[in-house]
Amino acid sequence: MEKTYYNPEDLKKFGNIAEFESNLAAKFFDYYGEVFKDGALSAREKSLIALAVAHAIQCPYCIDAYTQDTIAKGCNEAQMMEAVHVAGAIRGGASLVHGVQMMNKAKKLMM
Amino acid sequence: MSIIKSLRSRNSTLASTEKQLEILNCDSFKNGKWQTFREKLIQQNEFPLKPTNIEIFQVNIGYMCNQTCKHCHVDAGPDRKEIMTQETMQQCLDVIAKYNFHTLDITGGAPEMNPNFRWFVSEAKKIGVKEIIVRCNLTIILANQKYNDLPEFFKEHQIRVVSSLPFYNADRTDRQRGTGVFEKSIKALQMLNAVGYGKENSGLILDLVYNPNGAFLPADQKLLEIDFKNELRSHFGIEFNNLLAITNIPISRYLEYLIDSDNFEEYMDLLVRSYNPATVKNVMCRNTISVGWNGNLYDCDFNQMLDLNIDRNAGQHISVFDLEKINNRNIVINQHCFGCTAGSGSSCQGTTI
Repeated sequence: MEKTYYNPEDLKKFGNIAEFESNLAAKFFDYYGEVFKDGALSAREKSLIALAVAHAIQCPYCIDAYTQDTIAKGCNEAQMMEAVHVAGAIRGGASLVHGVQMMNKAKKLMM
Repeated sequence: MSIIKSLRSRNSTLASTEKQLEILNCDSFKNGKWQTFREKLIQQNEFPLKPTNIEIFQVNIGYMCNQTCKHCHVDAGPDRKEIMTQETMQQCLDVIAKYNFHTLDITGGAPEMNPNFRWFVSEAKKIGVKEIIVRCNLTIILANQKYNDLPEFFKEHQIRVVSSLPFYNADRTDRQRGTGVFEKSIKALQMLNAVGYGKENSGLILDLVYNPNGAFLPADQKLLEIDFKNELRSHFGIEFNNLLAITNIPISRYLEYLIDSDNFEEYMDLLVRSYNPATVKNVMCRNTISVGWNGNLYDCDFNQMLDLNIDRNAGQHISVFDLEKINNRNIVINQHCFGCTAGSGSSCQGTTI
């Protein structure tokens, strides 16, 4: 067994999940490939969204993959960092908006 | 921090081309983890790789340069004294005239630093070469007063100017090419625009070269061109024709960068994984011949920098140039060739598919 939970080399083995269950893996990777194609959103825009989501869910594999992918798609550093700030803003906002819930309860309890 | 001297002048072990080739043929190729370039070609019945027909006659007229870029595959710099003589240039002109090659592609170093550069261009024009490309690093135009009139000289000779600008902002450009290079490049581009280069219907072609400033492949050439055009037009009023996206080949100072930044294995893995069989039919070594400063012949500028001479049976010097032999030669390959077959392919004319 590995001594750490995350190994960068495992990212390249993502496709190996088919080894234990091929049918669902095939469906997933087909779907994944379709999602990231140029569509109503460009492949570059989707890659920036993926980078932001990667930071929101704090997935080291995804951060590695989509840092490479956004650079490879011609994004600049400012665009990449703005995407991360979007993730930060949504995460921060998600906590703070619950402050209204706290306030509602507090106001109900207090004179 | 930018490098201020060439590998050669620093006595770096990487100044040895044998050492570079040893590194390129690393354990992952030896132990079968990666297929070699030769194995890839065999797999698609393209070995030995053969030329189609020579259309581009590329001449490297010297390794001297006013810049010392971090990624330079030539290991060029102010300290490099190798320079083509007028006699060798004349031999090139004789060959071009004899075989009527379509394109003369003049490169360096900074080719303009060769004292016979203008003579060479003028003579090439006289013998009727249809297209003359000069690979101009832009900053040379401002490096010294004697170069300030280069835009007019290029215009007078209807040169197609191909210039490196690795990114549309100062930060990324200067990290690769040296502090202040972006600002000077912008001024030089404005000077080229001022005489008509890059302007619609002027007939004066100004192309820019993008190459990644790190261990990654170029993005889609057309998308990058849109970004570059938007950014350069809106911030600096600059116009240009085409953006050529070129992959960095893992040799010389770029190889040094890969090793120093611990990216070599990953980058080679990326090149091998990104091998695209469809690129092979258009690799530039099939329609280009490269002439070194001393008249030696090579399959491409990269082979030149690795001292990989052309097939012995084809004649290895401009003085014995024989097109029939050249067109029948076996092209010399090695693991750096993966740089030209990754993704959308790469050549001195940009992507190949």
